Amino acid sequence: MDVSVSVLAAGVAATSAPLIFAALGETLTEKAGVINLSLDGAILLSAMTGFVTAKATGSVWPGFAAAAVTGMTVAFVLSGIGIWLGQSQVAVGFALTFLCRDLAYFLGSPYSRTPGPQLLAVPIPVLADLPFIGPILFNHSQIVYASFALIPLLWYFMFNSRQGLILRSVGENPEGCWARGIPPKRTQTIYTALGGALIGLAGAAYSLAVKPGWGRPQGCEGIGWIALALVIFGGWHPLRVALGAYIFGMLQIAGILFQEIFPAIPSQIFQVAPFPLMIFALVIIHLSRNKKDTTGFRIIALLSGTPPMALGKTHEQE
Amino acid sequence: MLMKTIQQHDLTHLVIRFFCITGLGFGAVCLLLFTLHLSPITIAKSMGSGALSNWIRISHMLSIWTPLLLCSSGLLFTFRAGLWNIGIEGQMIIGAICTTAVLRLPQAENSHALFPALAMAAGLCGGGIWGMCAGILKNRGGVNEIFGGLGLNFVAQGIILWLIFGPWKRAGIASMSGTNLLPHALWLTSPAGWRVAPVALVLSCLAFLLTALLLGNTRFGLRLTAVGKNSKASRLFGIKPELIGLTAMMLGGGLAGLAGGLQVTGVYHRLIPAISSGYGYLGLLIVMLAGYRAAAIPCIALFFACLAAGSIQLPIMLQIDSSLSGVIQGACVLSALLVHGFQTKRRNT
Repeated sequence: MDVSVSVLAAGVAATSAPLIFAALGETLTEKAGVINLSLDGAILLSAMTGFVTAKATGSVWPGFAAAAVTGMTVAFVLSGIGIWLGQSQVAVGFALTFLCRDLAYFLGSPYSRTPGPQLLAVPIPVLADLPFIGPILFNHSQIVYASFALIPLLWYFMFNSRQGLILRSVGENPEGCWARGIPPKRTQTIYTALGGALIGLAGAAYSLAVKPGWGRPQGCEGIGWIALALVIFGGWHPLRVALGAYIFGMLQIAGILFQEIFPAIPSQIFQVAPFPLMIFALVIIHLSRNKKDTTGFRIIALLSGTPPMALGKTHEQE
Repeated sequence: MLMKTIQQHDLTHLVIRFFCITGLGFGAVCLLLFTLHLSPITIAKSMGSGALSNWIRISHMLSIWTPLLLCSSGLLFTFRAGLWNIGIEGQMIIGAICTTAVLRLPQAENSHALFPALAMAAGLCGGGIWGMCAGILKNRGGVNEIFGGLGLNFVAQGIILWLIFGPWKRAGIASMSGTNLLPHALWLTSPAGWRVAPVALVLSCLAFLLTALLLGNTRFGLRLTAVGKNSKASRLFGIKPELIGLTAMMLGGGLAGLAGGLQVTGVYHRLIPAISSGYGYLGLLIVMLAGYRAAAIPCIALFFACLAAGSIQLPIMLQIDSSLSGVIQGACVLSALLVHGFQTKRRNT
C-alpha cells in the first residue's frame, strides 16, 4: 500500500505541474490588476509552438523557449489592446482564447500525431532513493522540479521584495503608484508579459512532458479555464493557488483510478468529472466564506482573499 | 438639422470602422496564408462555393445561421445587463437534453402534433433554468457569472455524456455518435432538398425580432440598459438590479436552450455529445463584433455561418485544416477591438 500511495502522489505532482505554471502565471498577471482571460487558447498555442520547435530542432529546450515567447506574445497583444487602448480586458481575452485555439489547430495540423522529442524523468541521485518521499518529489522531469521551485519563489517575490510590493500596489491603486513615480501601465505590461511566459511554459509542459505530442484534441483543452478559476478562488495567493492546482491533479488521478474500479461507467465521464467537481468545490469554499462568524467556518475563513482593487480596470494616466 | 448632421457623421464613422475592421482582419489572415504559401483567393473561392454554390449548401449554411442567430439574440439580453454569459454552451446542451427527454416519452410517438411543440418549450425552459442557476450563483453567492457559467458548462457536458453512455445509450453499443435516431414522425420536417427546417428558421427570426423590439422599445429594455450602465444608479430609480440580471440570464438561457432543442429536432434528429457545436461561444464573438447592438447581428451571423459551412470543404478540396474559419472569425473580432480602441483613443486626445 505504501508503494501505491507514493506512486499516486508522484502522479499528482507530475500532472499538476503545467497547471501550477498556468495558474501562477495568471496570479502574477491579476495581482498587477490585469485579467488575462486568453489562458485556454494561449496554452494550446504555446503547446503547439513548443512541440513544433522541439521537433524541428530535435531538442526540448528550444521548444520550451518558443512556448514561453508565444505566451508572452499573446500577453503583449492583450496588454496592447486592453491596457494601452483601454478596451475591455475580458472581451480581448475571450477573443484571443478562440483565435489562439484555432490558430494552434490550423498551424499545427501538419504535425498532428507525429512523434517528437519529450522530456524524461531525471532522478536526483541520492534524494530519489529516500523511502516514500524520494519517488514522490525527486523522480521527475526538470519541468516538475521547476514547478516545485516556482511556488516558493513567486511567493517570496510577491510578498518579500520591493518589486513585488510595486507589483501589488499597481494592482491595488494605480493612481497612487502614478503619484509616487511608478508608471502603472508599463509595470502592468511587464508583469502581464511575465505571466504570459509562465502560461506559455505550461503549454510546453503539456506537449513535451505530461501529454507528449500534438493533435486535435491535444488533451489540455479546458485546463486554462480551471487555472483561471483557481486564481480567483485561491484568493490571489500563490500558495493557495498552488494547493488548488494539486487538488485538481488529485481529482484527475482519482478519475483514472475510479475508471479501473468501475469499468461499467464510461471513461468519458471520469475525464470530464474533475472539471465540474473542482469548480463546485471552489464555489462551496467561496460561499462558506460569507459566513465568517460561524465557528465551523473559521478554517475556511482563513483561506479567504480579496481581489486586487484595480483588477480589470484601465488606469487613465495623463 | 443638427440631428441630421449627427446621424450623417455617425454613418461615415460606422463605414470607416467597417472598412478598417474588415481590412485589418482579412489583411492579417491573408498575410498568414501568404507566409504559408497558400493562396487566399483559392481558399476564398473554395469556402464560397462550399457555403453558397447551390441551394442544398445554402440551406445547410442557414441551418448553422439559425442557432447562431438564436444564441446571439439571447446574449443581447445578458450583455445589455452588463453580464458575460459564458454559460451559454451549457444552456444549449441542457435545452437539447430537455427536448430529447420529452421526445423520448413513450406517449410522444402517438400524438405527433403536440409533442414537438412541447419539446421545444421544454428546451426553452431547460436552458432558461440553467441560465438562472448562474444568475442565482452570482446574486446569492457572489460567484462571478463567468466562472459560475463555466462550471455549469462542465456540469452540462458531464450530464450529456452520462446520458448518452448510460441511460439513453443505443442498444448494445454506447458511442460518441449519440443516441438512437428519433422516430421520423417527431422530426421537424423540411421540404425535399432542404437542409434546414423552415420552422427553425421562422422561430429564430421571430426570436431575433422580438429581442430587438424588447430591447429597443420597452420599459424592460430600458431597465436592462440602466442596470448594465450603472447598477448602483439604477437602484435609486427603484430598479432591482439582481432581479433584472436574473431575468436577462433566464431569457438568454431560454433562447440558447431553444437553439439546442432545434439542433436535436431539426438537424441531428438525435442527441450527440457535441450538440452545441461551439455555437454558443461563436454567438459571443458575433455580439462583440456587432458592437453589442442588434442591428448588425443577422449579417454578421450570416457571415460566420458562411465561414463555418464553407470551411467543411477545406480539408477535402485543399488539404487545409477547417479551423481556418475560426482564425478568420477571431481575427475579425480582435481587429474590431483594436479599431474601436484606436477610435476612442483619438477621440479622447
